[in-house]
Amino acid sequence: MAIKSLDELKKIRDASKKKVDLREKGESTDNMIELLVGMATCGIAAGARETMKALNDAIEEAGLDNVKVIQVGCMGYCHSEPTVQASIPGKEPILFGNVDVDTAKNIIDKYIISGELLDDHVLNRTFRKA
Amino acid sequence: MSNYRMHVMVCAGTGCEAAESKIIIENFKEELKLKGYDQEIQVVKTGCFGFCGQGPIVKIQPDNVFYVKVTPADVKEIIEEHIIKGRRVERLLFEDPKEKVKLEKHDNMDFYKKQYRIALRNCGFINPEDIEEYIAFEGYEALGKVLTEMQPEDVIEIVKASGLRGRGGGGFPAGVKWGFTKNSPGDEKYVICNADEGDPGAFMDRSILEGDPHSILEAMAIAGYATGANSGIVYIRAEYPLAIKRLEIAIDQAREMGLLGENIFESGFDFDIILKLGAGAFVCGEETALIHSMEGCRGEPTKKPPFPAESGYRGKPTTVNNVETLANVCPIILKGSEWFSSIGTETSKGTKVFALAGKVNNVGLVEVPMGTTLREIIFEIGGGICDGKKFKAVQTGGPSGGVITEKDLDTPIDYESIKEIGSMMGSGGMIVMDEDNDMVEIAKFYLDFTQDESCGKCTPCRIGTKRMYEILERLTNLEGDMEDLEKLVDLGNMIKDTALCGLGQTAPNPVLSTMRYFPEEYEAYAKREKTKSYRIDPEKCIGCTLCAKACPVNCITGKVKEAHVIDESACIACGACFTVCKFDAVIKP
Repeated sequence: MAIKSLDELKKIRDASKKKVDLREKGESTDNMIELLVGMATCGIAAGARETMKALNDAIEEAGLDNVKVIQVGCMGYCHSEPTVQASIPGKEPILFGNVDVDTAKNIIDKYIISGELLDDHVLNRTFRKA
Repeated sequence: MSNYRMHVMVCAGTGCEAAESKIIIENFKEELKLKGYDQEIQVVKTGCFGFCGQGPIVKIQPDNVFYVKVTPADVKEIIEEHIIKGRRVERLLFEDPKEKVKLEKHDNMDFYKKQYRIALRNCGFINPEDIEEYIAFEGYEALGKVLTEMQPEDVIEIVKASGLRGRGGGGFPAGVKWGFTKNSPGDEKYVICNADEGDPGAFMDRSILEGDPHSILEAMAIAGYATGANSGIVYIRAEYPLAIKRLEIAIDQAREMGLLGENIFESGFDFDIILKLGAGAFVCGEETALIHSMEGCRGEPTKKPPFPAESGYRGKPTTVNNVETLANVCPIILKGSEWFSSIGTETSKGTKVFALAGKVNNVGLVEVPMGTTLREIIFEIGGGICDGKKFKAVQTGGPSGGVITEKDLDTPIDYESIKEIGSMMGSGGMIVMDEDNDMVEIAKFYLDFTQDESCGKCTPCRIGTKRMYEILERLTNLEGDMEDLEKLVDLGNMIKDTALCGLGQTAPNPVLSTMRYFPEEYEAYAKREKTKSYRIDPEKCIGCTLCAKACPVNCITGKVKEAHVIDESACIACGACFTVCKFDAVIKP
């Protein structure tokens, strides 16, 4: 597959970006939204792996390049696993509980993109406050 | 389409590969598959992260966690703890030597804080064997821009205006060099990348080629367009097998994508690159010797002029650029000459990569803006001297340079200032020495290297360096006298004035510079006052016999619970007794 113009090169660049954007996001520190997924034993048992995958899929679908999904250890809310903490720069972090695949998609579509809280899934205190 | 949620970046530079990083990569892949995570987690082999003293390095993204000194046995724990459960493996995090705290992000480490990476921008960040990852970070865009939007004159102007100077040591302005070749008449011209890195202790060129080979290929094509050349040749020593392999892969991939070959970007410009392997002679880093070696002749320098820009490879106009110089070209084209010239000092723009080695805590590759002081490099980035010892000197410029002592540590480093304090930039090797190093032995080591590497063409270098070495041998065997010191200075200056090429003209530098800063050490040898062997303080020795057991040449005698004695004529001064003694009874020479 030969590249014949600068535009073709840029197309390949954009396609290849997806291969490396995890690294770029990891290195970048400003204005990144962080989603922390509790992935201790209880979280995994409750389906956190699927939740994490759903978050990543929804981010890709929405084409967001300022969100990184990071797995963390136990956040202490074993009764509401899987748990996801959303930290948007400049905002109070919000902790969501019982995040199944559908809720994960809602976190991205509603909270991250339009700022709507998901009342049924917000836990009272965030990890930082607890 | 990748749905990976995490990248495990494993360093696959020569240093880390020697420390089993290949097995680490395999273990990661196997173990992830076993656990059913291979579709979620990608293992990426990368180039050198630079922090070689802490290798093998494994970095997890997007968490941005940096694990150091990882062994194949640690892989399981990283997977079970970090990758599956999101918990850090504390014991593998880097510990700040001063604050004694564990740091997980590399940007918080002193080693990285002061660095500014242009030439090393992709090293440790991309998979060097995947052209798409290079393209993802604006790879080949500079070439595309040059071929489709710029005239050769404009390219030369930008490089001239940026102030980029030759990073191989000479410091000649790269744009001016390109201009000379362009203006030399001829329809057959060449671009040569000098990857014959020969300085003992320097490994920046190797790391760039191993970690980001496409950046060199792209820059060579740009140089070809600017100077009117259609052929590029990388002259690389056969001692760098990994760099050769990665270059070969990169050339194949670039050809396949039409980024090398005929009619690149449909601009009508053809350019292709081949490799020439050198046998690793130090003198072949000198451009005329390099060209002769490429032509199949003996690797011997000839006088300049004619410069290669007029008559180089096969007698045609040729540009010879060092690897690190070329690594700076693409960012200059994309970001502009003003961006580049805003970094650095009045006369030296941009950054310089240094290979930090010797008695320093953080051994590795560091890239800093020109004008950074040696104190910052050695004590902040380098983390100071090993084992809390005292700094004595740093050798820059390898066997062509000289030593820099404590009093000059605060000089901002650029091509000119480093010459003023009696050394030279060279290719950027930096060997740090502590209070225990014997400067006469250091000078002897370098001279042994240069007299061995002398090609033998001119008499001053061939015989002069040999004689200087013999005098140093006499001195260190305690068979010399004060007259020898005068002879060393005379001979040294004479060789500097009369040798044909850079190798000979600079070979006496380590001797002359150590004689200037440490005359007392030479005098101690000349007056035969220097003791070569270790001794035991009979007051302190309790006769524990540890030293006698440790001595490899059995020259320590004594009865249990009685003071021991070292036979000075047999002692090889290895220091084993000093290391094992728990009572400070062994006295260093």
